[in-house]
Amino acid sequence: MSDTIHQGVTSGSQSMPEDVILRVNHLVKEFPINRGVFIKKKVGAVQAVSDISFQVKRGETLGLVGESGCGKSTAARSVLRLLEPTSGEVWFQGQSADGSIDAPVDVAAADRQVLRGLRRELQIVFQDPYASLNPRMTVASIIAEPMTVHGIGDAAERVEKVKHLLEVVGLSPEHTNRYPHEFSGGQRQRIGVARALALNPQFMILDEPVSALDVSIQAQVLNLMQDLQDEFGLTYLFIAHDLSVVRHISNRVAVMYLGKIVEMTDRDTLYDRPMHPYTHALLSAVPIPDPVVEVSRKRIILEGDIPSPANPPPGCRFNTRCPKAEAGKCDVEEPPLAELEDGHWVACHFPEIMQLV
Amino acid sequence: MPEPLLDVEDLRTYFSTEEGVVKAVDGVSFKVNAGERRGVVGESGCGKSVTAMSIMRLIEPPAGEIVTGTITFDGRDLLKLPEAQMQRVRGGEIAMIFQDPMTALNPVYTIGDQLIETILLHQDVSKSEARDIAIDILGDVHIPHAKNRMEDYPHQFSGGMRQRVMIAMGLSCDPKLLIADEPTTALDVTTQAQIMSLMLELAEQRNTAVLLITHDLGVVAGFCDTIQVMYAGSIVERGSAVEIFNNPQHPYTWGLLGSMTRLDEVHRKRLNSVRGAPPSLINPPKGCRFAPRCDFTKQICVEALPILRQSPEGQRVACHRADELDLKNLEMEPTL
Repeated sequence: MSDTIHQGVTSGSQSMPEDVILRVNHLVKEFPINRGVFIKKKVGAVQAVSDISFQVKRGETLGLVGESGCGKSTAARSVLRLLEPTSGEVWFQGQSADGSIDAPVDVAAADRQVLRGLRRELQIVFQDPYASLNPRMTVASIIAEPMTVHGIGDAAERVEKVKHLLEVVGLSPEHTNRYPHEFSGGQRQRIGVARALALNPQFMILDEPVSALDVSIQAQVLNLMQDLQDEFGLTYLFIAHDLSVVRHISNRVAVMYLGKIVEMTDRDTLYDRPMHPYTHALLSAVPIPDPVVEVSRKRIILEGDIPSPANPPPGCRFNTRCPKAEAGKCDVEEPPLAELEDGHWVACHFPEIMQLV
Repeated sequence: MPEPLLDVEDLRTYFSTEEGVVKAVDGVSFKVNAGERRGVVGESGCGKSVTAMSIMRLIEPPAGEIVTGTITFDGRDLLKLPEAQMQRVRGGEIAMIFQDPMTALNPVYTIGDQLIETILLHQDVSKSEARDIAIDILGDVHIPHAKNRMEDYPHQFSGGMRQRVMIAMGLSCDPKLLIADEPTTALDVTTQAQIMSLMLELAEQRNTAVLLITHDLGVVAGFCDTIQVMYAGSIVERGSAVEIFNNPQHPYTWGLLGSMTRLDEVHRKRLNSVRGAPPSLINPPKGCRFAPRCDFTKQICVEALPILRQSPEGQRVACHRADELDLKNLEMEPTL
């Protein structure tokens, strides 16, 4: 699959290999910077997501990692059109109940009615289980709401389905009449997962689903996510800042920095032979819970802070902090995301394999 | 054996709420030597922060109260010290840095003013000397253009830079003990690496003892000499970093380590999660507080509270079955 990621950008429809469920082409999301109180004038723009392309295969988990402000959550929300993308395409190729592959649909260009249908297939679980559940709704009505909105089943069927879903996510079916505040963080996250599963989606975005949870609870939820994937054949886009969690759950990983994908490959390649200097720094910074290993580790300490996305540096966006940056090259010319090895995409002028884990 | 720098004996800190008395810290004893770097790890609500707040006497009655215990620091019982003297200890001999550097700094004063105020409060120097000390210490925490940045306000600094300022402020009076409460939890991982390496450098240079409170076992592994694991208000295991990580004796420590995803671990299908959730601290279980979640519970565990005692492996562990359990050689069986 050499250059498939960038193919078919201008064509109205998309021909995609059958095993690809989602293909994102040149996705851009800009937020305007306005000045003035009564007469708002656009004086600039923050490009939170700056021309990213990737694809996700049916049944796999693609991890999207990066530090705060790198655009990973904005990218996820733009894919689902919870945020309106500025430009780009998001092709979704679903599968019917009989197993046949549907024609790809561009989520980014879909009208209201098409989008409504797509929402059944594309779901999201949010980071904060405290903010993403309505405190005044019972668990039953929270989980049943997507079915009500989409007119699925009658009241009795929905009650049954809610009970079933609660069981699926490891909660007691007797809890249907409780309110979110009666549950712990981990249990709330399970409720969020049950809600996302209510419409039998094919594709789920998990936006930092375990970041707010304690380690032991985190493990429970991660195990649950993997079980559900096996059981329902789900495809995940897993957004996280924690590289060890991403290694555990993903099949492939994309690393973002300042709105761009800088490296993308399968999991083991990324952790065993990363090529982008930012990936190097990121991997070397993650502590390993083993004092003996920690002593002998090489740590790349980055200088300075992440630049403002409102004013990204010219050339490679990482050049201001990169230990390998060369003046006249890296601060002038933006490196393209190129396939340097089979399935290993890197955006760097001076890529180099380094062993850090 | 030299006198320990900090000696906490049977500390109990309770909070009264509408639902009842929350026993946030319930019988915690430990010692920290001069220059030692001690990690205090545990999940939210285990009492690790309340332990730190108690040492600093930052528990405000009537909501919270230190019910019993002694906290001996450098030969004095902090709990018996008059408030005026305690104020000299706070920020002078014991410094504390917090998780969120934005709320810990005053937004309407410059960084320089806040640093100078701290120094003047604890050291007998003139204002211009204090200013020089402040500039020096900002340089020590690797803030570029320290002299100019003295005039900046907290919002003009990034999260990592603010945490550097907090460390500078904490170290400005050359404390003997630095309490760092989740100092890198709000920071990105590359910034965390910067801050942790800075703290290590400064603590080693100045022989400052550090009490590092965190939920992140990875962070303590590279930083601490000794570790105490807390669960539901008490210490369940204590030992050297190597003992705790390589040969955990308490089922909770063992479960916690098994729950962690590791960067250097080749794909493992399932994590060895600890089932259930921590107990309520209003009515904690009668026996071992971990018993309801433990895979090895026996009758004795639900009847009697185990005390912290020496295990043959060297560390101290509060588990009735520590001697008979061979956790190290146990297959990691998934539990859910």
